[in-house]
Amino acid sequence: MFKTYRKLWWGLLALIVLSPLGLLATGTAFGEWSTEELIDEVGFIPAGLSKFADFWQHVPLPDYSVPGLAAGFTQSAVGYIFSALVGILLVVLVISVFYRIVRNQED
Amino acid sequence: MHIPDGYLSPQTAVPLIAVMVPVLGVAANKIKNKMKKKEVPVLAAGAAFSFVIMMFNLPIPGGSSAHAVGAVLLAILLGPWAACLGVSVALIIQALIFGDGGILALGANCFNIAFIMSFVGYYTYKIIKGRAEKLSPRGMAAAFIGAYIGLNVAALSTALMFGAQYHLFQAADGTPLYFMYPIKVAVAAMMSEHLILAGPVEGVVSVLGLWFVGKNYPALLAEGSSLKVREDKGAETYV
Repeated sequence: MFKTYRKLWWGLLALIVLSPLGLLATGTAFGEWSTEELIDEVGFIPAGLSKFADFWQHVPLPDYSVPGLAAGFTQSAVGYIFSALVGILLVVLVISVFYRIVRNQED
Repeated sequence: MHIPDGYLSPQTAVPLIAVMVPVLGVAANKIKNKMKKKEVPVLAAGAAFSFVIMMFNLPIPGGSSAHAVGAVLLAILLGPWAACLGVSVALIIQALIFGDGGILALGANCFNIAFIMSFVGYYTYKIIKGRAEKLSPRGMAAAFIGAYIGLNVAALSTALMFGAQYHLFQAADGTPLYFMYPIKVAVAAMMSEHLILAGPVEGVVSVLGLWFVGKNYPALLAEGSSLKVREDKGAETYV
């Protein structure tokens, strides 16, 4: 069923390849500072924040990077492209499986 | 706009998860009952587009960054409920696999970026487009403005959630427990970034996306989504 919209997938592939452009903006978005960045940005880490900041620590590709592959722009770019590919495959997989499940409920 | 864990109190984050569960339930039901099978790849591609476009960080002078979302484009193609679900899937994967946005904050992030943005952007688009063709100048202008407004209302909602923490949750000595700036600061920072830079980019991205889909798959635009009903004079109404 994915052959129908071949050009959409080619477009997505182009975006995956171009995604390292997003690495050129090195600043952290407002309100998304890590606990280390908070020290520089704000000067302290609020008590409640530090309690919940590490609520989930099982992130396999943190900040769209492959652990150990972050030396310089080229390596980061490879990790970023890999992350984009993995993310898109997972999004497509989840939506396909989700649709199959909700459709099958009818039978 | 992806709120990390720790920036919102549990008293804010948990109720927003409770809000998003039924919202996504309704979205799932709409898709189950109304979406045609051939639209499922469009939903998947649209959610994937949203995922990857959020990786294109835009530099903000002063050392910050922002990005477009793509939710309104998906809403124009498939309706706001499908967009809400598709973008939520992207946000959930961003949080779980890439640590972009918190897990406790998923309800808040889906509420702002998937739900608010899809619906506000879609209805703004519809009002402006009126009965014009989707690819007409007016249709394109409506897509641009809908995307611009949708992203900015989502940013405002995020800023209000941030800022409310400062005023509502402080330790006994008056230091903030979670997000650490007053509402005025949060709104000024978030809105200046999104009104001036991310919003126009969102508009351009949406218009280009709409043009790309319309050029290659005109039937997708002409038919309208099955999640909407057609009225006699060519205008579609969402059900």
